[in-house]
Amino acid sequence: MVLVLTVVLGLAYPLAMVAIARLPGLHDRARGSLVEDRAGRTAGSALIGQSFTGKDGRPLARYFQGRPSAAGDGYDPTASGASNLGPESVVDILPEPGLTTDENAKPSLLTQVCARSKAVGEFEHVDGSRPYCTPDGVGAVLGVFRVFRVGGLTGRVTRVVSLNQECPATPFLRTYDGVTVECARYGEDHAAADVVPVRGSAPARPVVPADAVTASGSGLDPQISPAYARLQTARVARVRGVPAPEVRRLVRENTTGRALGFLGEPAVNVVRLNLALDRAYPVREG
Amino acid sequence: MIGWSQAVFVLVVLVAVHVPLGDYMALNLDGGRHLKAERLIYRVCGVDPDSEQNWRHYLAALTAFSVMSILALFALFTLQRHLPWSLGHGGMPWQLALHTAVSFTTNTSWQNYAGESTTGHLAVMAGLGVQAFASAAVGICVALALTRGLVRHSTGDLGNFWVDLTRAILRVILPLAVVFGLILIGLGVEQNLTGAQALGTVAGGKQTIIGGPVGSWEPIKLMSGDGGGFFNASSAHPYENPSAWSNTLEILLMLLIPTAFVRTFGRMAGSLRLGWTLLAVVGILFGLLLVAGSLAQNAHTGTVTAAVGGQTEGTETRVGVPGSTLFGVAATGSADGALNSSYDSFSSVGGGVLLAAMMLGEIAPGGTGSGLYGLLIVVLVAVFLGGLMVGRTPEFLRKRIGLSEMRYVVLYALVAPTLILLFTAIAMALPTGRSSMLNTGPHGLTEVLYAYTSSVNSNGSAMAGLSGNRPFYNLTMAVAMFAGRYLPIAFTLALAGRLARQRPGTVTAGTLRTSGANFVALATGTALILALLNFLPALSLGPLADGLG
Repeated sequence: MVLVLTVVLGLAYPLAMVAIARLPGLHDRARGSLVEDRAGRTAGSALIGQSFTGKDGRPLARYFQGRPSAAGDGYDPTASGASNLGPESVVDILPEPGLTTDENAKPSLLTQVCARSKAVGEFEHVDGSRPYCTPDGVGAVLGVFRVFRVGGLTGRVTRVVSLNQECPATPFLRTYDGVTVECARYGEDHAAADVVPVRGSAPARPVVPADAVTASGSGLDPQISPAYARLQTARVARVRGVPAPEVRRLVRENTTGRALGFLGEPAVNVVRLNLALDRAYPVREG
Repeated sequence: MIGWSQAVFVLVVLVAVHVPLGDYMALNLDGGRHLKAERLIYRVCGVDPDSEQNWRHYLAALTAFSVMSILALFALFTLQRHLPWSLGHGGMPWQLALHTAVSFTTNTSWQNYAGESTTGHLAVMAGLGVQAFASAAVGICVALALTRGLVRHSTGDLGNFWVDLTRAILRVILPLAVVFGLILIGLGVEQNLTGAQALGTVAGGKQTIIGGPVGSWEPIKLMSGDGGGFFNASSAHPYENPSAWSNTLEILLMLLIPTAFVRTFGRMAGSLRLGWTLLAVVGILFGLLLVAGSLAQNAHTGTVTAAVGGQTEGTETRVGVPGSTLFGVAATGSADGALNSSYDSFSSVGGGVLLAAMMLGEIAPGGTGSGLYGLLIVVLVAVFLGGLMVGRTPEFLRKRIGLSEMRYVVLYALVAPTLILLFTAIAMALPTGRSSMLNTGPHGLTEVLYAYTSSVNSNGSAMAGLSGNRPFYNLTMAVAMFAGRYLPIAFTLALAGRLARQRPGTVTAGTLRTSGANFVALATGTALILALLNFLPALSLGPLADGLG
């Protein structure tokens, strides 16, 4: 029975589907929605996001940038996936001072969000601040040591460390409950401290949109929110020397709304948008 | 608001579609003539399609089929290197191969590997694909056998496993897979045999695009309650789920057969009213989970969520947070276990709701077939409790639910909590179990609890932060999945055998009515109380502590 089913379901069914999918109309999508650039060269897929960065890994100002990606080193289709970090991932494992890269270091999700927000803010020349983030772009989280009253749940604060700001950084807060806040020393044990995230004074609705600071589920999300596209329009128009309304028009043409008006979310396809930009307003390399 | 209209849309379409599909299944799965193609299969396999089996023979056939399937998959994975279409991937190590073989045969499809870097086309099509069909069909078989046990009387016969299996595949799952596979390909899901393709990118970089028969895999993955991804990211991957439309369709597909089966049961039992009553129970449970999940996801209580200004970590732009939450509740309520976002990055309580959906025992609406027999077990408990409370004879469909029947029901109900809590405790007690957690503290405990809950309940959804590909997790999860699937099946079939032998009782004024608002409330309450009593302490230490801490 297993053998018979393997032939029917394991070979006949999928191969028949491959054959049907060759029919015109389905063919291009079945091949993976591949797209071509101006020169007619296949330049990836409209459904699979890409990195729009230079050789140094820095974002290229002439392109709209996609979301952060947790797939491999970024938009690697051979390693699709998410960060899988939870909403209370707020304390970093700090890198060892002196090493250029410390493989044991692990920034918390909060610090990743803060660092991205700061970077995007600087790239777009807008305010990159967010709640629970320090000005230097890590999670604003204190480790509070206390002496507990006997049998009590509260007690006098004895020592406060800004957990994600490795020395010699200046802590984002001078004092907490009358105690001077220290920077975090590598290798110190903070397990006995209460973890206290500090909200700070950043606006509740930050200028940098949510999708610009969070990685997608697949790490291959080809789309961004219309808000993030709006934020990038001025920069792209400036670098390409094109009037902003022209760029806005291309953004609109590559935006899909909600299906039926209520299914899913409106989204801008960055791969298609950047291809359209290159086609309409080419920039010479460099 | 828009999130809610999306959910209402899906549920209205589902209720509309479940009527004709449920009727079709009742007509085709039970009795009637054999098709030519079916006769051919019976002849090749040496099966007499017109002989019936008692519960022991039915269970023996089912077990033989499942063990053969596990061995076939195990061989396919370990020998992959020597087979065609391997795309250069080597064989799996034996622990991982065993885990994966058990995982797909038991309809769990937890994957301790990333599809794009481990399995070639042959392993996916002829291995995983076949078992996605077959394991779903096995669930349908058991549900049919239990239904016959309730409906028939004075006989030992529960039907013929091979006939039930063949018909479930050829008349229900395969035709639906062809139709919805083509629709999904039309929406952008790829379907080719290309493999990895190195391409240039727009910005002048390099990218390896992975081709494969995703379009034929996708509908079975969703309809069968299987849920394993072609790619590591499963339905978050744009090639598996390219648009808002495909996302909506995929949610529907996960709920389709389990919901329709409630109607099928009503038809076979000769009481459509009972079908609607059970649908109400399923609907209320699903609604509760969806409301709780959506509220938790929108509350922004987590530190990172507040910093971001939304629950967008691990979600896809085209799907959005409401689409991810609805998908998550559908995937865990239906025993499918697919994912279109990172459940690990859900809000703490939101992740807890997904856990709770599985801890209910996969009955809202549950797995393909397994959802119905799980639900009927809860109904029997409710009937028994209701009977005791008001001093009436516990009866269901004119069958007495006495001590010996309740013994099997209770054994069934004890399997999941025992296995889940036992294995979680063992994993937390051993350093090798703890070292696999990505997150620490309560969230880490949630990851491990989630893993065993998902395994035992044949769900297969994962909080992917847990690195499960270690010998410890591969082997303990394989045991959890095997016992979590086949022990309940054995108890169900034994119960069905007992019920079929009874002579029908007469309905009197003293019989508890199994329809109407009272009974819906009783059955819903029973389901909730059973789950809460078993799991509230573990939930408090995991997601609740994470969310409140």
